[in-house]
Amino acid sequence: MADLLLELFSEEIPARMQARAAEDLKRLFTEAMVARGLTYSAAAAFATPRRLALSVTGLPKATMPVREERKGPRTDAPEAALEGFLRSTGLSRDRLEKRADKKGEVWFAVIEAPGRQAAEVIAEIAPEVIRAFPWPRSMRWGSGDLTWVRPLRSILCILSDEAGADVVPFEIGGVASGGETEGHRFMAPARFAPRDFDDYAKRLLAAKVVLDPEERRARIRADMANLAFAAGMEVVEDEGLFAEVAGLVEWPVALMGEIEARFLGLPPEVLRTSMKEHQKFFSLRNPKTGRIERFVTVANIEAPDGGATILKGNLRVLAARLSDALFFWENDLRTVERGGMEALGAKLETVTFHSKLGTQADRVKRIAALAREIAPMVGADPEAAEKAALVCKADLTSEMVGEFPELQGVMGEYYAKAAWLTDNVAAAAREHYAPLGPSDAVPTAPVSVAVALADKIDMLAGFWAIDEKPTGSKDPFALRRAALGVVRIVLDGNHRVRLNTRPGPFSVASELVGERERDNGRGYADTNELLAFFADRLKVHLRGAGVRHDVIDACFRLGGQDDLVLLVARVRALQAFLGTEEGANLLAGYRRAANIVAAEAKKDGGAEGAPDPALAREAEERALFAALDAAEASIGPALEREDFAAAMEAMAGLRAPIDAFFEKVQVNAPEPETRLNRLRLLGRIREVMHQVAIFSAIEG
Amino acid sequence: MQQQPTSFQEIVLRLQTYWAGKGCAVLQPYDMEVGAGTFHPATTLRSLGPKAWAAAYVQPSRRPTDGRYGDNPNRLQHYYQFQVIIKPSPPDLQALYLGSLEAIGIDLSLHDVRFVEDDWESPTLGAAGLGWEVWCDGMEVSQFTYFQQVAGHECRPVSGELTYGLERLAMYVLGVEHVMDMPFNAPSAPIPLTYGDVFRQTEREYSRWNFDQADTETLLRHFEDAEAECRRTIGAPAVDPKTGREIAMAHPAYDQCIKASHIFNLLDARGVISPTERQAYIARVRALAKLCADAFLTTEAGRAA
Repeated sequence: MADLLLELFSEEIPARMQARAAEDLKRLFTEAMVARGLTYSAAAAFATPRRLALSVTGLPKATMPVREERKGPRTDAPEAALEGFLRSTGLSRDRLEKRADKKGEVWFAVIEAPGRQAAEVIAEIAPEVIRAFPWPRSMRWGSGDLTWVRPLRSILCILSDEAGADVVPFEIGGVASGGETEGHRFMAPARFAPRDFDDYAKRLLAAKVVLDPEERRARIRADMANLAFAAGMEVVEDEGLFAEVAGLVEWPVALMGEIEARFLGLPPEVLRTSMKEHQKFFSLRNPKTGRIERFVTVANIEAPDGGATILKGNLRVLAARLSDALFFWENDLRTVERGGMEALGAKLETVTFHSKLGTQADRVKRIAALAREIAPMVGADPEAAEKAALVCKADLTSEMVGEFPELQGVMGEYYAKAAWLTDNVAAAAREHYAPLGPSDAVPTAPVSVAVALADKIDMLAGFWAIDEKPTGSKDPFALRRAALGVVRIVLDGNHRVRLNTRPGPFSVASELVGERERDNGRGYADTNELLAFFADRLKVHLRGAGVRHDVIDACFRLGGQDDLVLLVARVRALQAFLGTEEGANLLAGYRRAANIVAAEAKKDGGAEGAPDPALAREAEERALFAALDAAEASIGPALEREDFAAAMEAMAGLRAPIDAFFEKVQVNAPEPETRLNRLRLLGRIREVMHQVAIFSAIEG
Repeated sequence: MQQQPTSFQEIVLRLQTYWAGKGCAVLQPYDMEVGAGTFHPATTLRSLGPKAWAAAYVQPSRRPTDGRYGDNPNRLQHYYQFQVIIKPSPPDLQALYLGSLEAIGIDLSLHDVRFVEDDWESPTLGAAGLGWEVWCDGMEVSQFTYFQQVAGHECRPVSGELTYGLERLAMYVLGVEHVMDMPFNAPSAPIPLTYGDVFRQTEREYSRWNFDQADTETLLRHFEDAEAECRRTIGAPAVDPKTGREIAMAHPAYDQCIKASHIFNLLDARGVISPTERQAYIARVRALAKLCADAFLTTEAGRAA
């Protein structure tokens, strides 16, 4: 048995690509090995900023020989058939054998692949994997044509066993594989030749390189915890930053610094964002004051002065950054104090939202009008909702958000408070953007809910009106996210909003957009189509909860299903019902009835019209009439009461009479009048059940 | 270890000496207003085509919107970039670059130097490359780029480009907090001058002119003129009727492209370009750059030998 060690040593690999690259290397390499019959027992891959490393253990010295027999065309078959067979086998004619077969004499190909040395197979795989590596973005360098994420500088590739290590020789893009690598760029740049993977990892560690990103992360976490503890601080958790920082260093050295007192008055979000985005600092919070007062930076080097120079440099950069932030903060506050949120957002007039949908100021006016309309439906004060909407985008033209776009909304809340607006109005400035992702919390405060819905619905109605809908993977305006946001807000808050009923959110939004669009010779949004888009979002949203998309379809197709809370209640009740034996059998009965009606309709046109109970001849027939009447009588009021369980139960009462009817009664009676009446009776089953859902949409 | 530099100009001189020692032709600044060292034809045009090239130069650069009347410690509407361009990019370019930091007094064992992903793109030049911003103790000190595309053309071979923001780098090395306080020549000189002595006055004057005084109608006209002249120059017949020789005028045309680009920056600072128009202006300059690059590739300097 032998073990493989491959290291692809390059110039700095972007942090965000490392984890995926290690995985890809392992997957592609081992897949290629298996495809060539080279077995192995375990594989692991690692990434640092400068290297991708792969360890594969338990390789045989050589692959097993392969013998395969393939039957070809008959010997008297046309020449073309034989040629095709030769091409597909890669053999020449003299290598084929003639064998007797039931049908006569047939060509046989015996393909024998001898076992190959593991090294030979690896030398073949490695360049192939490197050449086809799926980097998100790769580049060329120098005069070469090879592409890699950044210039590939050296390749270590060895197969080792008890006897020692042998280089697996290959060459790609002018880089020949060898048996050496190097350590940390500054602290231990000497080249060395490892014996195997364990030796490699050990010697790298001695050369100030922690190969395993998990280990680097753990070290950073531990060092940071120690520093924070010693200073009486707590670390503000940030998983994304952890991963990124671990991808920026081969030898993590955590250093702690203090934020100058003059900056401590900045909002914590500003401190954190500035430190994180610009400098990849972790924030440390003082649990006593609740403020962010210190930071940790992770350097890539152990400096002889204990990092004093590095820390000093970082503090200097931080001071420059935070001076800027302080300058923006104070300017913005001054603007707000002088002229309120109106002054802060005055420039929205000059910011184009979309060339066909006007400026941000136009949009704010639409959102305000719409928020006012939606407010009563979600229990918000219309005045407050309108006011909140009018100021919710003002921070977009603030200096701070100009510098840190990710603080949109957050700054809005601070500035709105500075403008003496009420807390619920101020909170809406921050909360109306939510939810931003599937795991993001939805707003619950009524004013925030009204503005959040208005913001999203205006956007959807707008882009629908100018026909910029998402297609396939293209959704540049994140309209799917907006619709999903509406779905989540409405469902989580149990808000009974009839989206597409006139006048209602969709119609008002569409008219507000349309007012402007009319001048451009375009129309309004097709709100029915928009509602269908919501139904699709709903399917995606509820998929995780095990709700069937076809059941959603069955309910949605009833039409007018624009109250999502009600729609979901109906869907859930129906899915539960279909899961019962009654439900499953009733569905079978419904289908049977529908099939018969459809089949008969092909013969002699439809059986439209109401069945006549007076024409019922059999007991089962009369019983079905009675059952349908009874069901209809209770389904209607149950639906009225939004008691879907009761509606389902009423439907369940149909199951036995329908089964009995099919068992005892012949639909295709010889008398045309009876036949027609029975077909109409079957049609009525459909009609009654379609009060609850369009059962034909149910699959399976 | 060398002695620490004591002035701005010493750092510039050391960089020049260092790169001259590494085989670069040390050029002088291009004699036109540009937004960045990349606009110098020694980079833009010479990164095109198959011929090898190695140059280093200081390029005064102008960013009218960054003017702060000389008050801001870090921001200037006129500043210096040091630019290195080597084609094809040599395999040890990172090591060469790190050597240049040592040359200006940065001790690599004491500082934390890192290469942080930063892909570069210039929409005005139709150029893009992959590389990093180089951090020293958390501060960006250089841009390191492998050109992949310039003026719409794939770069083959690929050039390696290094851009040092000289003021920022020098302030860091010299430990100065405000750019205007930075020693320009040696503090021990008979007449010691600070950066402020040299540039405070001009920063103030240009800030006013850039933001409020430059006549926008004149500028708009100049933009149109430069664009037209660039197109006319490129469109002229390849064979010069006077000499009978084939002379494509890529460089004179490119001057007009640079001019248009700078006028656009001025108009932007004057606040007369709306966001929608902005894209259109950028596209117009890019189209000019493309025309010049196309022409350059037909010249002796631009095509294969």
